[in-house]
Amino acid sequence: MMNPKTQNKVAIGTLYGVAGLVVLILLALLGYILVSGLPQLSWHFLTAPAKAFLKGGGVGVQLYNSFYLLILAMLISFPIALGAAIYLYEYAKDNWVTTTIRTAIEILSSLPSVVVGLFGFLFFVVKLRLGFSILSGAFALTFFNLPLLTRSIEDSLRTIDTTQREGGLALGLSRWETVTRVILPAAVPSILTGVILSAGRVFGEAAALIYTAGQSAPALDFTDWNPFNISSPLNPMRPAETLAVHIWKINSEGIMPDAKAISSGSSAVLVLAILLFNFAARYLGKRLYKRLTSA
Amino acid sequence: MFLSNDVQENTEMLERHIVQPADAEHPTILSTEDLHVYYGKKEAISEGDLRFASNQITALIGPSGSGKSTFLRSLNRMNDRIATVTGRIMYRGVDINQPSIDVYEMRRRVGMVFQRPNPFAKSIYDNIAFALRLRGTTDKHELDEIVETSLKQAALWNQVKDDLNKSALALSGGQAQRLCIARAIAVKPDILLLDEPASALDPVSTSQLEDTLLELKQNYSIIIVTHNMQQAGRISEYTAFFNQGRVLEYDTTSHIFTNPQVQITSDYVSGNFG
Ligand SMILES: Nc1ncnc2c1ncn2[C@@H]1O[C@H](COP(=O)(O)OP(=O)(O)OP(=O)(O)O)[C@@H](O)[C@H]1O
Ligand SMILES: [Mg+2]
Repeated sequence: MMNPKTQNKVAIGTLYGVAGLVVLILLALLGYILVSGLPQLSWHFLTAPAKAFLKGGGVGVQLYNSFYLLILAMLISFPIALGAAIYLYEYAKDNWVTTTIRTAIEILSSLPSVVVGLFGFLFFVVKLRLGFSILSGAFALTFFNLPLLTRSIEDSLRTIDTTQREGGLALGLSRWETVTRVILPAAVPSILTGVILSAGRVFGEAAALIYTAGQSAPALDFTDWNPFNISSPLNPMRPAETLAVHIWKINSEGIMPDAKAISSGSSAVLVLAILLFNFAARYLGKRLYKRLTSA
Repeated sequence: MFLSNDVQENTEMLERHIVQPADAEHPTILSTEDLHVYYGKKEAISEGDLRFASNQITALIGPSGSGKSTFLRSLNRMNDRIATVTGRIMYRGVDINQPSIDVYEMRRRVGMVFQRPNPFAKSIYDNIAFALRLRGTTDKHELDEIVETSLKQAALWNQVKDDLNKSALALSGGQAQRLCIARAIAVKPDILLLDEPASALDPVSTSQLEDTLLELKQNYSIIIVTHNMQQAGRISEYTAFFNQGRVLEYDTTSHIFTNPQVQITSDYVSGNFG
């Protein structure tokens, strides 16, 4: 028999070992991606259009598409998720309706994104005749994002103590006023963190987009901002390969001579962007919280 | 009969003893009639008909789970959606326990302060001002003035007057609770309901809070739940003793503490409750 002290030491040692291993794997992964990718990065690489057969193509259009899709998907999914979360947490009583909604959200959030992509293909691309387009992609991403975002906002609301709600009601505020004037402002830092983290997930999503936003990136004319022109960056009906989809495609069927380098470079950009999202989430969340609690 | 002694003793003590306040200087401002409160099927208040005198402090005492909070929260309809409240709650001749009452307006007349201080994640100033702004007071001077008088009434002004724009979450527990009182009185209620407002505070803050309440009595009618017998004795004119959802004894505080008529009350106030 070990005595409790040794036992404790062994337990702590094991936990440190496991945690260290996880960190090590992550660092190795990140390091590999960055070491092989960073040398490929240049202004040209980040802005130039891709080339199908020749060396020296960039990912400018893909990068732009990723951000455009992200913003559209967020614009669609955030209001819906916010409304759903407020309804579920602040208004809905616990009955079979809300249980059903919650279960649906649970199932949706564990749905593999390939399935979401296929659904998007059948429904938006084919049935609604939206074709391979930014719009189809944005809707697919909304389906992918909505459950997780709703849950994260609901969790943010949950962190606000019920005594805050009672405080609002006791001052003669209506429930709506209490939610919008007391609860939401207090929950903003944590909601924001959730939104940015989910943005990172959306940004890196490929499977849901392959058959919805498509795998081609027609050249864009960045001087033409009329959304009805096919080469306009704003046109929501054009096919739009994103960075994540680009990586997948190059690796499966890229025939340009520098495919390996482009794939490494794109991966580095993707990882950097997602890291940026994460740090921004932490930083902004903390800052906002500080401003609310001490300013 | 060898039981006669016991019976004899029991008849000396009453089972219930209710003396409603009758003081012409302090007419009834709020009263409950035939009040019953149910959580689902469970009846949490079965006998609680009390009259509350204006500009006086009434203490609600009784063991844990006896229904004090339930009763208090019914008075400004904070139990809507949580419990079923039947019976009448008369406030200035109007039954405020009917569906047609504008509860939001009513709660501005019957304010409430909770056990745990719950300042909002806003500045000290906005904690007080924002509910007023929502109801149309937008004049900066007027708001400044209300914020100042409320903080003074709550005995907090001197400590925070230079920090009005700081977050209220940085206040100490006692300060936060006084801010909550300031916030409640800023909307100019008639009645202030307090549910164990001092239970999270240290003795110094508690005694400051008691002074504040004694001061506020001039302008407000106060009903306070407390577990602290000395506190009830120090600040209240009337005391109601709750047990298992019923008010067993109601009288002036001095009667309740020096000459209780009900055995359980006597046991409770003398600390022999078990
Ligand atoms: N939200 C609720 N749902 C169901 N039952 C409740 C609820 N709140 C209180 N009760 C029950 O009602 C009864 C009275 O509770 P109440 O909180 O009013 O007691 P109290 O006198 O305020 O006690 P304490 O001194 O501990 O605060 C208790 O049996 C309690 O379990
Ligand atoms: Mg209580």
